[in-house]
Amino acid sequence: MLKVIRVEAKLYLREGVMAYFSLLFPTILLLVLGAIPMLRSPDPTFGGLRFIDGYVGTLVVITLGYLGLQRVPTTVATYREKGVLRRLSTTPLHPAKVLTAQLVVNLAAAVTSVVLVVAAGKLVFDIDLPHHPVGFVLATLLGATSLFALGLVIAALAPTARAATGVAGVLFILIMFFGGAYLPRFLLPEAVNTVGRYLPPGVAALQNAWVGTAPEPLHLVIMALITAFAGTVAARTFRWE
Amino acid sequence: MAIIEVVDLGKRYGPKVAVDSVSFTVEEGEIFGILGPNGAGKTTTVECVEGMRVPDRGTIRVDGLDPRRDRDELRRRMGVQLQESLLPERLRVWEALDLYSSFYPDPADWRDLLVRLGLEGQRDVEFGKLSGGQKQRLSVALALVGRPRIAVLDELTTGLDPQARRDTWDLVEAVRDSGVTILLVTHFMEEAERLCDRLAVIDAGRVVAIDSPAGLVSRVDGEQRVRFRPSEPIAEQLLRELAEVSDVRSHGGQIVVTGTGNLLHAVTSLLARNQVVAAELRIEQTSLDDAFVELTGRKLSS
Repeated sequence: MLKVIRVEAKLYLREGVMAYFSLLFPTILLLVLGAIPMLRSPDPTFGGLRFIDGYVGTLVVITLGYLGLQRVPTTVATYREKGVLRRLSTTPLHPAKVLTAQLVVNLAAAVTSVVLVVAAGKLVFDIDLPHHPVGFVLATLLGATSLFALGLVIAALAPTARAATGVAGVLFILIMFFGGAYLPRFLLPEAVNTVGRYLPPGVAALQNAWVGTAPEPLHLVIMALITAFAGTVAARTFRWE
Repeated sequence: MAIIEVVDLGKRYGPKVAVDSVSFTVEEGEIFGILGPNGAGKTTTVECVEGMRVPDRGTIRVDGLDPRRDRDELRRRMGVQLQESLLPERLRVWEALDLYSSFYPDPADWRDLLVRLGLEGQRDVEFGKLSGGQKQRLSVALALVGRPRIAVLDELTTGLDPQARRDTWDLVEAVRDSGVTILLVTHFMEEAERLCDRLAVIDAGRVVAIDSPAGLVSRVDGEQRVRFRPSEPIAEQLLRELAEVSDVRSHGGQIVVTGTGNLLHAVTSLLARNQVVAAELRIEQTSLDDAFVELTGRKLSS
């Protein structure tokens, strides 16, 4: 099993620019936005905070969204389409272990990316380290699992790898929008933000755990429920070939 | 001893009957071929043997195991090379072998396999950059890396150039010589003729015949043709009088004699008695191709 994980990790890094980009993108975005003086000074428009303080939750959403809704469904659907999973099913290794390895590798990528953005935020812009570390770890993990599970549902139901990429792409844009990646959340209408709080990966929980007090338990519970529900659907409907 | 036993296998997909009734046994250590046109039910049959599909009817025993019930154990004893199944594009040859060998309790040394399959030069090449023949050889290597007792090879040489095809055949023979029983699925007559100890001819989901390639040919009472260019003119009538000969034609100085039995001997003896030398002598016999047409009523290759 360790060997399978190691191989999947190697394959991930061999994807080249996109692999490194996905690890570094949130950090780069933070550095670019933070380079604009207006966005790193407290401003009443941003509720008296700095723009970058109000944007940290969204940075995590971008990472998790990319991995869960771009990489996971595309890779898994491609493995099925190309017969990689079918070939494995003739060996003593159950192909489910390859999917598990995929999730482990993507989770590791997510954690790396989040650690980098937290560190860059602290070192460069003196953004506080997460106020509620346990809550932040929980919010990140549950956010990741909820999106990974949704990615697997897409991979399970889509007839082809192309279809999986297409459907996942639409969902990715929605998640990015509600997560405040295109327009910062304090500029979005309240109705949109309300929806965003309950959508995976849970931007509100991430934001609150990082620079607020603590994530609302309800938000975490919802992410856990989404994970359980989507995970079950994916497991029930997944085709190996 | 039979290592694979298939009795009255039946499988349908919805209204479409893929396998109507197939029975055969494979002896330990032989290369057993399943020959038939596309859509005859060959792949479905071996997929049932591999435990990848649930048959609707019939019983299958492989090395004493039930392919469905004892699936886990069977996977350790059987190496499978699938038609059109791939590895991740960026996986390197050695990594694939290393990874697959980690699945088995007592794997072969993949470094040896690499050499045996002539892939040592491709050790660090990514799967996506291999040629068709190299991919096929890697696929065979992966089927063998677990030291299987049985290897199932499905359409092994489809898409390979003639040289790569011959190399692959040599390889299959070497594998058999190392004691592995091989179940070979093919729609190439030449491949079946060259490799198989015995083969089952399948057509429209049924076994039409099971025999050695030579046995199948001899079942068909085909005629032979002897062609030659005589050094001196010889009267056609002399040839016609031979008991073995049914027809004689000549055109452009070449004579074609059709007949049965020991035709070649009869013709050459006659020529010798008359001090005629046969130049450009050729004999055309019934081939497995002809046998196939005879058995199924149609041609195998399109």
